[in-house]
Parts: sequence; C-alpha cells; structure tokens
Amino acid sequence: MAATKALSEVIFRVRRFDPGADAAPRWEEHRLPYTPGMTVLDGLKRLKETVAPGLAWRSSCRMGVCGSCGMFINGRARLACNTQITELGTNVVMVAPLPNFNTIRDLVPDLVQMFDAHQALMPYVIRGDADEMTEPTGEFAQSVHELEQFLQFSYCIRCGCCMAACPTYATDPRYSGPMPLTQAHRYNADTRDDGFATRRTVLAGETGPWRCHFAGECSRVCPKGVDPARAIQLMKRELVLDYLRLRRERCPASVATKPAGIARRDGIPDAPKPTI
Amino acid sequence: MRDQRLWTWHVGAGLVILVFLGLHMAIMHVDAILGVFNRPGSEAIDWANVVTRARSAFFMVTYVVLLGMALFHGLYGLRNILFELNPGDGLKKGLSVLLTVVGVGLFGLGTWAAWASFGLARTL
Repeated sequence: MAATKALSEVIFRVRRFDPGADAAPRWEEHRLPYTPGMTVLDGLKRLKETVAPGLAWRSSCRMGVCGSCGMFINGRARLACNTQITELGTNVVMVAPLPNFNTIRDLVPDLVQMFDAHQALMPYVIRGDADEMTEPTGEFAQSVHELEQFLQFSYCIRCGCCMAACPTYATDPRYSGPMPLTQAHRYNADTRDDGFATRRTVLAGETGPWRCHFAGECSRVCPKGVDPARAIQLMKRELVLDYLRLRRERCPASVATKPAGIARRDGIPDAPKPTI
Repeated sequence: MRDQRLWTWHVGAGLVILVFLGLHMAIMHVDAILGVFNRPGSEAIDWANVVTRARSAFFMVTYVVLLGMALFHGLYGLRNILFELNPGDGLKKGLSVLLTVVGVGLFGLGTWAAWASFGLARTL
C-alpha cells in the first residue's frame, strides 16, 4: 500500500519495431501519471490514446482469460492485463514482445509456429466411436479422481508465456515447446480420450518432450498456475512405460447410464440440443 | 520412436550406473567400515584384493556392463548438449555417427582390457 501511495508517475520503456520501416527494434520512453489499480495494459492503452497512436499489441478480455496480451514485462513473460504496475516494485516498466518468437510489429509476436506445434499434437478428444462424437447420446463417465489427472492442464490459455520462458525452445525451434506438450498430455491423461497411440507418432520423435531439461521456467511464469514442466515429465514417464510395454492400456470412458427411477421435478426446462 | 527408445535406454542406463557405482563405492571406499568384500584389515587396492577381484567372472562382467552403460549414458547426454547448439541435419547425423563410433570403439577397448586382465589374473 505504501508503494502505491508513493507512485505518482510511471516511466514506460516500450520496444517498437515495424519490419516495413525499421532496420532494427528501438526503445521509446514515455511518462504517464499513475492511477490506482493501473495495469500494464491500462498504461499501453493510455499511451496509444495520447503519445503513441501507432503502438501495436494484442489484447482482448482484460481479465487474464483470453491469453492475447502475453508480453515480456520487466524481464519476465506475463499477461499485461494481469500485471499491476505496483507489483513490479518499480515505476519503470519495460515492455517488449515475447522472446523466442518472431515479431510481427511492436509488441505483437508471431505465434504461428506455436500453434502449428499445438495442432500437430492433436489437442482434442480422439475416440474410435465416431457416432458418439458426432451424435452424442449422453455424457462420458469420469470420476473426480480421473478429472484431477488433467484438470490443471486444461486451465492453459495458450498465451505463449511458457514458450517465451523456455530455454530449450530458445535454442531448438523443432522442440514442440511446453504449451503444445502440456496440451498433448492433458488429452492423453483424459480417460475419455483414446488418442495416445495417435499422438505418440509425434511425441516419440525428435519434436517430443526429450529435449526438456526441467528448468521449470515455464511453470514459474504461467499466469494461470498451470505446471507445464510437470506435464512434460509425466509424459516422458508414460512414453518410457509405453516403450517397455508397461503402460496400462485403458478403454476410453463409456457413456454414463442415465439415472433410473428419478422423477423430474416440475418447472425444469429441457437442456438445449448440442450444437457441435 | 527413435528418441523414445534412446531416452528409455538413457534412463535405464542411469539406473544400472546407480547400482554398479554403488557397488564400486561399497567395495573401494566404504568396505573399511562394512568389512564385507575385502579381506579383514586390508585395503581395497592391496595386491591380493585386486587379483581376487580380477579373477572373478562376476566383476569382469560388471566392469563390461558398467562401461557400456556409462558410455551410452554419457555420450547420449553429450549428443543432446551438442544438438542444443542447433546444428544442421547433416551435422546432426555426422555427430550421431561419430559418437556411435567413439562409443563402440571405447567399449571394444574396455571390454578387451577387462577380458585380458581376467585371463591374466587367472594365470597368477
């Protein structure tokens, strides 16, 4: 609270780069009056409204949900909307695009490579019963314990902060990276899924989890509290057990039987029909 | 599939090294306390103890297995470090071949040395 009272002015040092006009990135410095509750995103918006109309970045939800505003703020990958100026411990805010990605412009990283790797690992439920997937007759049965095996990994918002912090991804562009690997594990660990063998064709190769040193930076910077380093180690264990033929094969969860003998209470409307 | 296989062997080799290095530590450095493997009151590197171990087929086999596992574990780790320098595909293949040749060569030399000392000790 004392730091908040003492803060009256914020110095923004923003890295600017327009590939069409600039030979190399440059730093711009602007001063803004501090307002209580100001986030880094608030500051960038104020800059755009006043002194830097051409400043480019991605953002959408303003509440740490969409994952658009991942940036390199004071030496650490963070969400600009989720970062209070006061929590930085200084009135100097250095903002750059996420490292380990090419820059499209100013603070906009090119995330195509990350999403290509994500797509290659098939981050969706794969099952043999295609009819049930397209025309569901009910819910798949899953216990709370089974849910807990993957729940934290499903909180990922694909912001790319883990990729920007990963020292392996920094040197080896073929490495899939923490986000795609975590999402692959999220589905491998889901009892409703039966796609381990399909994903293994990618995971068992050079782009798989083998290059991870367990530096743990991905888990440290994740704004959603996901632990990608843990997911990668769990995935390595699954793949080693699979190679040794010791991995426990499982049947994908079946459709739960509907409760019988329970009368529906009056006044409860029907559930809407599935749209996907 | 290849990287899955190599990593599994890397982990397996690490476990074997852990057991055999533990055995080495027990025999060479802790046996003064344990008094299990060497003659009472003698040092692990005394001539009589060295010859006794060299005559043992068990020790000859453990030397060869430990050598093989340590070479694989170490050279695979070195390969990973070198690959992080992001070499091209041709250089990667060349490094893999070179490390394999070095590993097989050193393993052959070490195996020959273990076998030769085993045969020599049995004539003493």
